[in-house]
Amino acid sequence: MTKAIDNLQLNAEGKLKHFITIEGLGKTLLTEILDTAESFVGMTDQQIKKVPLLRGKTIVNLFFENSTRTRTTFELAAKRLSADVLSMSISTSSTSKGESLLDTIRNLEAMFVDMFVVRHGISGAAHFIARHTAPHISVINAGDGQHAHPTQAMLDMFTIRQIKKDFTALRVAIIGDILHSRVARSQIQALNTLGAAEIRVIAPKTLLPAHVETLGVNVCHNLNEGLKDIDVIIMLRLQKERMTSALLPSESEYFKCFGLTESKLKIAKPDAIVMHPGPINRGVEIESSVADGSQSVILKQVSNGIAVRMAIMSMAMQPQGGMQ
Amino acid sequence: MLEINSLLNNLEAELQQLIIQRKLLNPLMIGIRTGGVWIAEQMHKRLALSEPLGLLDISFYRDDFSQIGVHPDVKPSCIPAHIEGRDIILIDDVFYTGRTVRAALNEIFDYGRPNQVILAVLIERNGKHIPIAPDCVGTRMILTANQRIKLTGPKPLAIHLETSPDTP
Repeated sequence: MTKAIDNLQLNAEGKLKHFITIEGLGKTLLTEILDTAESFVGMTDQQIKKVPLLRGKTIVNLFFENSTRTRTTFELAAKRLSADVLSMSISTSSTSKGESLLDTIRNLEAMFVDMFVVRHGISGAAHFIARHTAPHISVINAGDGQHAHPTQAMLDMFTIRQIKKDFTALRVAIIGDILHSRVARSQIQALNTLGAAEIRVIAPKTLLPAHVETLGVNVCHNLNEGLKDIDVIIMLRLQKERMTSALLPSESEYFKCFGLTESKLKIAKPDAIVMHPGPINRGVEIESSVADGSQSVILKQVSNGIAVRMAIMSMAMQPQGGMQ
Repeated sequence: MLEINSLLNNLEAELQQLIIQRKLLNPLMIGIRTGGVWIAEQMHKRLALSEPLGLLDISFYRDDFSQIGVHPDVKPSCIPAHIEGRDIILIDDVFYTGRTVRAALNEIFDYGRPNQVILAVLIERNGKHIPIAPDCVGTRMILTANQRIKLTGPKPLAIHLETSPDTP
């Protein structure tokens, strides 16, 4: 399965074609994405915040699941690359009339689309579309089920690198609902690929997937212990909508044990940064004063999302098949 | 190998003359990465311009994205001042097809509307593809299709004439 994804994501020259998962992508490619994004960040100085790279290309955002940040930043990224972009919320569209996913794709293909940005509640949806779509179309995964959210992971890596410069000395804590988090899975893969010194997942046993340690992380069930020597704190949202059984006694109990408060933040290194992929549940996983505090880079993550998505989109839209 | 100092002297003299002729007021100098920046650094020093040098990476404005994609070594552009209403000296190392300059102008105009832009290049060679021409040059050269000029630098700055064995 992994091998199939590898091959699918890269073209014969090893260049990015689809962006479905971090898994199977090397350090060089991830670094190239970060470097390219760096150049797009500078664009905010321009009066006209647009480059002509993807002029004449059509990008369709296919969102089968709700999203504000991701969809908006993908849309802005596409617009800043001068592409034509169409955002579709599919729950309100044909599929509710019984059209299959593949039929939706075929119809959009017939409208001469060049890229699909896909968010779907089912793991593997983006991979499925990439496997079945026309060969000239690129697919970007904007989050699939509990599987992966690779562009979020890359914008997090970008934000970390922007502040901490180097990954090799970093101890990173990912805290909270790891079980339901596609973001955490992608972050762990990216951090391991980029060579972070340690990744620590901190959560109650009920919110950790079985055998989580095989992902290359240290596991800790106590926030006070887990925050020691940490450079980067990544808080995750409690995904109540995906919880089908009683995994927690109560929200207030959870906040007491795993919520990031000002006093708990002091346990980490004094220059530690606080991240959150959003949307944040104030008072559930993070105290308001921490989310808005000086160590928080949550809004920086949002801004960086545009540049990183521009980089990934333009790289995936590069000519395929060696026309040079 | 070509003697770079005499070319830099020529370019400086032409620039000084044009600055007076065109009445450039406190011009902002911008070099096109990578070679153009090296030449611009020299000119910036020689003309004793007070404002920091601007750096332009035109990778995102190139017209051959559909053929070659994003250059992996793309660097951020850095324009230290507002472009609006300014007099600009744009510097590149070699003027060949004119496509680089077209891309650079497009990018500059996305930063604002300059008053005037003049183009200065160390070497203008034959092979123009679009109706753009430099205002100041260090020298002009006629080369064959399999010859190309290569600048190495920044220290030491040197120009080489390379001839490839297989003619395209």
